[in-house]
Amino acid sequence: MLLIHCPYCEEARPEVEFVYGGEAHIARPLDPSTYSDAEWEEFLYIRSNPRGRHHERWRHTHGCGRFFNAVRDTVTDVFETTYKAGEPRK
Amino acid sequence: MKRFSGFNLIGEAFRSHQGWPEHWPDKAPKASYDAIIVGAGGHGLGAAYYLAKKYGITNVAVIEKGWLGGGNTGRNTTIIRSNYLYDESAHLYDHAVKLWDGLSQELNYNIMYSKRGVLMLAHNVHDVQSFKRHIHANRLNGVDNEWLTAEECQAYCPPLDISPNARHPVLGGALQRRGGTARHDSVAWGYARAAAALGVDIIQNCAVTGIRRGADGAIEGVETERGFIASKRVGVSAAGSTSLVMKMAGLDFPLESYPLQALVSEPVKPIFPCVVMSNTVHAYMSQSDKGELVIGAGTDQYTSYSQRGAFHIVEHTLAAICEIFPIFTRMRMLRTWGGIVDVTPDRSPVLGKTPVKGLYVNCGWGTGGFKATPGAGDLLAYTMAHDEPHKINAPYNLDRFRNGRLIDEAAAAAVAH
Repeated sequence: MLLIHCPYCEEARPEVEFVYGGEAHIARPLDPSTYSDAEWEEFLYIRSNPRGRHHERWRHTHGCGRFFNAVRDTVTDVFETTYKAGEPRK
Repeated sequence: MKRFSGFNLIGEAFRSHQGWPEHWPDKAPKASYDAIIVGAGGHGLGAAYYLAKKYGITNVAVIEKGWLGGGNTGRNTTIIRSNYLYDESAHLYDHAVKLWDGLSQELNYNIMYSKRGVLMLAHNVHDVQSFKRHIHANRLNGVDNEWLTAEECQAYCPPLDISPNARHPVLGGALQRRGGTARHDSVAWGYARAAAALGVDIIQNCAVTGIRRGADGAIEGVETERGFIASKRVGVSAAGSTSLVMKMAGLDFPLESYPLQALVSEPVKPIFPCVVMSNTVHAYMSQSDKGELVIGAGTDQYTSYSQRGAFHIVEHTLAAICEIFPIFTRMRMLRTWGGIVDVTPDRSPVLGKTPVKGLYVNCGWGTGGFKATPGAGDLLAYTMAHDEPHKINAPYNLDRFRNGRLIDEAAAAAVAH
């Protein structure tokens, strides 16, 4: 089980308190009606799925309930850092 | 290849079985091939075999980063079934089940396909309605699947607790009698041996490090740890690593890789006659011919290439197993392990052509690829030989994520399968 540092609670808590929220920094379309099928595909389905550094969202569901972002190595599962939603990509 | 037969067995008995040759030779790569398969799991070896056997392309190499059958082929829980809801899925998986039948004879290798039946338990009214819908849909597609009452379920699988006060009450179940299990390693070995006998080169410990494309964008070959190998046709069957291979060709894929765990108990005498799946509480189990209970857990929630998962996932599965089968509460677990499964947004595979000329893909089988091994191999081979998908795998194209024609089997099964 992972130990995850919540940047809002400022505490490392067990993974079962959290829900994974998928890849981070995927912006919702600002003007959806102008999006082409290819752009929708990119937004909805294409994921970077890297082997190594991965930017991802987590939600501290059984804690403060807030979303935040994290950088985790997908080979070792070690967290490099976690940071609040809205902060720039690390 | 020396055939396994009663006659050869008796002949070898007279000379201490010294005359059996190696199953397949470990080959060094040639400069070029008519077709290359990336990934020597069951799917990739199957594709190579069918290319050589059915479609007449024998100058084929299978390139593998590790050892043959060492990925998800050797890590899964070996369940075979085809009782999927949608027409496209039923056709695809039933194509595979038809090939499982008689595969031992075709490969001259005992893959131990055992039609012991796959029983899917219904624990609530929604399950009952959903499974009955599956049964009717399956019947229309010629796939066997039948409804059993709770008492019939217990008669079919005696360790099952059907008492009304059970934590997960059993309201009935859907049984596919043609479903069952096979020996996963034998499937890889059997395909490798039969393919090698037809002239296929199996190259292990040789990771693909790049994909070379020509000025027109078409495939020219693959860069590997043992040098460049030319081929105008490359089929990628790399499961959890497919995204990485596709990036080498400049393609972004709708895939994410998750850890999936399985575990086995200490071996015991035969007690569990079939495969039981419980989608609602996410547990499934069978007993191997060695006597171990083989148990499948769910995927972890996060993407990873670590080939191991979290302990609480295993605990969750075992809690469900103990409630459904109280007889096993004191069984000791022997081993757990993890594999990396590539999951698509609609939980259905991608099997066919890619936007790159000469590059073909077989991926996205998620948590349920073993059952499709012969079918996926055959269809990848067909697609590579004809440069056109077979009508069975035509719906499993990449375009569906753009035009919206998803095969949303995830919603149909309400569980990653």
